[in-house]
Amino acid sequence: MYTASDLRKGLKIVINNEPYIIIDFQFSKPGKGQALYKCKLKNMITGVIIDKTYRSIDTFQPADLEERKMQFLYKQDDQYCFMDMETYEQVFLTEEQVGDAKNFLIDNLEVEVLFFEGRPIGIELPNFVDIKVVKSEPWVKGDSVSSNTKPVVLETGYVIRVPTFIEEGEKIRVDTRTGEYVTRIKE
Amino acid sequence: MLQGLKNKKEIIKLRAEILHKIREFFRKRGFVEVETPFLLPYVIPESYIDAIKAEDGYLHTSPELCMKMLLASGYKKIFQICKCFRKGEKGKLHLPEFTMLEWYHVEIDYNALMRECESLIIFLCRELLGKESIKYREKEIVLTPPWHQITVHEAFKRYGSMSLHDAVDRGLFEEIMVYEIEPKLGIEKPVFLKDYPVSMAALSKLKDNHAERFELYICGLEIANGYTELIDMKEMKKRLKIENEKRKKLKKEPYPMPEGFFFKVKQLPDCSGIALGIDRLVMLICNEEDINNVVAITPEDLTYC
Repeated sequence: MYTASDLRKGLKIVINNEPYIIIDFQFSKPGKGQALYKCKLKNMITGVIIDKTYRSIDTFQPADLEERKMQFLYKQDDQYCFMDMETYEQVFLTEEQVGDAKNFLIDNLEVEVLFFEGRPIGIELPNFVDIKVVKSEPWVKGDSVSSNTKPVVLETGYVIRVPTFIEEGEKIRVDTRTGEYVTRIKE
Repeated sequence: MLQGLKNKKEIIKLRAEILHKIREFFRKRGFVEVETPFLLPYVIPESYIDAIKAEDGYLHTSPELCMKMLLASGYKKIFQICKCFRKGEKGKLHLPEFTMLEWYHVEIDYNALMRECESLIIFLCRELLGKESIKYREKEIVLTPPWHQITVHEAFKRYGSMSLHDAVDRGLFEEIMVYEIEPKLGIEKPVFLKDYPVSMAALSKLKDNHAERFELYICGLEIANGYTELIDMKEMKKRLKIENEKRKKLKKEPYPMPEGFFFKVKQLPDCSGIALGIDRLVMLICNEEDINNVVAITPEDLTYC
């Protein structure tokens, strides 16, 4: 059980049976009055952000969260299948739960699957993923006056801007936090 | 990073100058600087202030009790600059260990004390900034006296979404104060928010339907809390007991009553006293918004990360 004085950025607590992470926190205390703990909280399942102000008398249940390393196996319809490499247990997440991570989710990629009270609720990608370029228009110097980058399509369907020297069939490294090109991978 | 460090060194240098000038101000006015124990067998029970336990007692949350012992024994004008300790207070405006300036002046009431407080801050700004104004949060606050005054009742009426009465009734005093009223206080000129409801009198003297207590705000920042002191020790004991009862209701540990204090102090002389947060004053003078930027070493500096 947490008390209000434990509240801080990054803490994960349960509100109405759902896990929330504190993304912003402000401590206030007027004169000789009660302390106020103003929190911005993000629902870790739906992503919805809410504001709440707590007082020192309030208590909180820590969110029972567990991260497990799992491998992405395949996508079928709206379901993404992941497998625990040690127990071979398989779990499914919806496209909504996977969120923007789907742009970088290549077959066999190892990710952290987040479980809340035993149920999978989301995934965390490695910071960098190497992904194949599947479609790139041939680039002719002088095509564009404005830019030395061009858009290409990755094997996940994600469109990304890369330097003009990148060609179809090559692999590039992408920063999954920003969704931006990092470097060309030579194999 | 290097720039930040350089700035901090400059702030700490100015902070030292501020302390020096505060001492000069009080010495010139005939005050005696005192030092009283930090480690006490008891603290003043207050509903919302938690003391840090140390040995068989507590680290003081303010030097109030000891300075009042000195007043009772005949000191007339005393001031102290010291560290105070309050458990769990940590934020952009709070440190669990912070520096307080506290002073007491016999035979004056809170009105005269407000003027003395005005003079101190004007003196500091004139000496250290060379002007009678403060630039803070992009605002220029003019310090020319007299500073504004507003009663708590009036402040709720003018800036709050409900009356003082309703706010107290519904337990929303702090919310309205912090989020609606404070940001409006002391923007053009510093303002004394005064005449608190009797239930928030702390150890101030009551008059009519209010407590002779004030807080100083400059550009939304709470700087000081002062009052015409309650001098009736029986009444003081009664109020401390009520605070301990409130603590129990809040599921907080009640504090031992300061019996040793009451044994020594039967009566206080007529006087007024004020506590001023030095760290926040430095924030104002240095135009810094985070209290951690005005202390040489923060609690985080001591951790391993």
